[in-house]
Amino acid sequence: MSRLAHVLKARETGILLALVLVVVATTIKNPAFVFSGDGWRDLLLTPSILMLVAVGQAIVIVTRSVDLSVGSVVGLSAYLTGRVFIDLPGIPWPLVFLIGLVFGGLLGLVNGALVAFARVPALVITLGTLYVYRGINVMWTGSDRINSSDMPREFLALGTGSLLGIPWLTIIAVVVLVIAGWFLRTQRAGRELYAIGSDPAAAELYGLKVTRRVLAAFVVCGALAGLAGVLYAARYGTVSSQAGSGWELDAVGAAVIGGVAIFGGSGTVWGAAIGAYLLLTINRALPVIGVQDFWQRAVVGVLILGAIVLDRVLAVRQSRRLTEARES
Amino acid sequence: MTTDIGTAPARAYRDYAHPLWRRLLLRREAAIIGLLIIVYVVAALTLRNFAAPITITYLLLDVAPILFIALPMTFVIITGEIDLSVASVVGLSSVTLGTLHQAGLPIWVAGVVAILVGAVAGAVNGFFVTVVGLPSLAVTIGTLALFRGLAVGLLGTTAVTDFTEFWTDLAKSKIPGTPIPSVMILFVLLAIVFGVLLHFTPFGRGVFAIGLSSEAARFSGVRVERSKFVLFVLSGAVSALAGIYYTLRFGSARGDNATGLELSVIAAVLLGGVSIFGGRGNILGVIAGVLLIGILGSALRLAGVTSDVINIITGALLAASVVSTSVLAWIHRRRIGAGIKKGPPAPAQV
Repeated sequence: MSRLAHVLKARETGILLALVLVVVATTIKNPAFVFSGDGWRDLLLTPSILMLVAVGQAIVIVTRSVDLSVGSVVGLSAYLTGRVFIDLPGIPWPLVFLIGLVFGGLLGLVNGALVAFARVPALVITLGTLYVYRGINVMWTGSDRINSSDMPREFLALGTGSLLGIPWLTIIAVVVLVIAGWFLRTQRAGRELYAIGSDPAAAELYGLKVTRRVLAAFVVCGALAGLAGVLYAARYGTVSSQAGSGWELDAVGAAVIGGVAIFGGSGTVWGAAIGAYLLLTINRALPVIGVQDFWQRAVVGVLILGAIVLDRVLAVRQSRRLTEARES
Repeated sequence: MTTDIGTAPARAYRDYAHPLWRRLLLRREAAIIGLLIIVYVVAALTLRNFAAPITITYLLLDVAPILFIALPMTFVIITGEIDLSVASVVGLSSVTLGTLHQAGLPIWVAGVVAILVGAVAGAVNGFFVTVVGLPSLAVTIGTLALFRGLAVGLLGTTAVTDFTEFWTDLAKSKIPGTPIPSVMILFVLLAIVFGVLLHFTPFGRGVFAIGLSSEAARFSGVRVERSKFVLFVLSGAVSALAGIYYTLRFGSARGDNATGLELSVIAAVLLGGVSIFGGRGNILGVIAGVLLIGILGSALRLAGVTSDVINIITGALLAASVVSTSVLAWIHRRRIGAGIKKGPPAPAQV
């Protein structure tokens, strides 16, 4: 198959097409959706933070696990960011990104250690840490909240500012996406994640370091959620104890829409990232098209169901083609 | 020499078998029920108002929706599937009840329709899982959004609150002379039906068989797809019933009723000893799991602890329950391994 045909047939192309279709249709209805300054910025900016979380989630799902605690990690990290600015006045703001990454990575390490060493299902463990992390957040925050006046202006400018018309947050998210995509596609450790997800037992027998790889996947996922928390603080300026709640399902939904198989072994972070964009862009497009935004969750549901049915149809067709090829 | 060979296996058998009382006491359900009793006694002794009837009434009123939904959820998880859409079905049923009542239908007719809507919602899940063959985790994440979206879309931000007092009072009423809410009568009846269905019928044995190995279950004549489909329909219908109760208890039908309840239900079911891998679980353990979370919550609230700490404890309990299972299994393997090494010497080759 030629390279062009390969790209055209990729699962991600379909989802990208859907995204383009949504944007075009909405823009025809209301040109300001893309062609106004704010419209263009929101189009790129709004999904960037979820995109980071979805990329991390995709890495974990590829290894046949799932991390439901990401929403709580985003919230904790966002609050920590504000707290750091309040308690350590004068801290150089780039350092905050590092703090968020490391902090998220540690929270991911807790998940990963429980999953990889205690050999317990990720769904249960991360459901538990979802509660624990959120509880710690609420206990720490109380009725307090971080306001934009608590954070330095340069940091907040990063949340809304842009370079050559592209918001900084989008640039950060895309850089992370490119690194993750490159790593999973070409690096040995990245390919091993797919091997583990396709068949954990075979991967173990083959001599892959399953425990270490799964642990690393959870650490990366936590770190990206931690980074997303820092960006959340920069973007919105106010952080309450409920920041990021419910994002776990959005992130898993984005990955599934993007063609990441929920039982591991296939899919790319590119798909998950486009899925995140499609999810949040549809949310913004519906009111413009004239659908009351009450219906947006229903549309998201239809989208997720459509995506998994499509994946199923494609898988069945491929296996039939392989059978035919073998028999002829 | 020959007698030695003859008696060795028999002796070894008795050595390894546990007596009946140990087998009963060492089960997970026993541990959860024991923990439940300990927490209750400690709370009743140390907290001033905990043993008061009003506490029990509110405790049971609060956990009732979780208790209801936990019953079919136990079945679903034992077959190795999961249903994340239950809380959205609660919302959908609440909206159905509210809209139909507003349109002038009597509550009981609206309630029957709401339960039917729930059953249809469950059938949608069941269709995608059993007919199309998709993983239930992905399907029900999708329908979680879909059903919630329909509920919120139908009613918007408005709420229907003009329910007749007879029904809202009924939802909050107590069995005369006791602190126990009358909704518990309905729950106990349902629990008996589900308990008998799971533990004493061929259908229930089939449910366990599916969870242990759906392939083996199919070859032994269990109708795997049909069983799973029925379970998803039941899950939808019971969630809708919980939705009706939820609506009447708070006297308000809203699209966002019970958002996030699915995680509480699953946490309680897993805490009650149901294995997320399927094939293992017990209705009594699950009921104890739900009550344990409820009692801990209300005890901590009375002790002046805020709800966030309750969340931490729920999460930690859930994590601890699965980690302990895994650690116990590891110890068990080690002991069996040691036993084999130390066991009676292999009979000499003749």
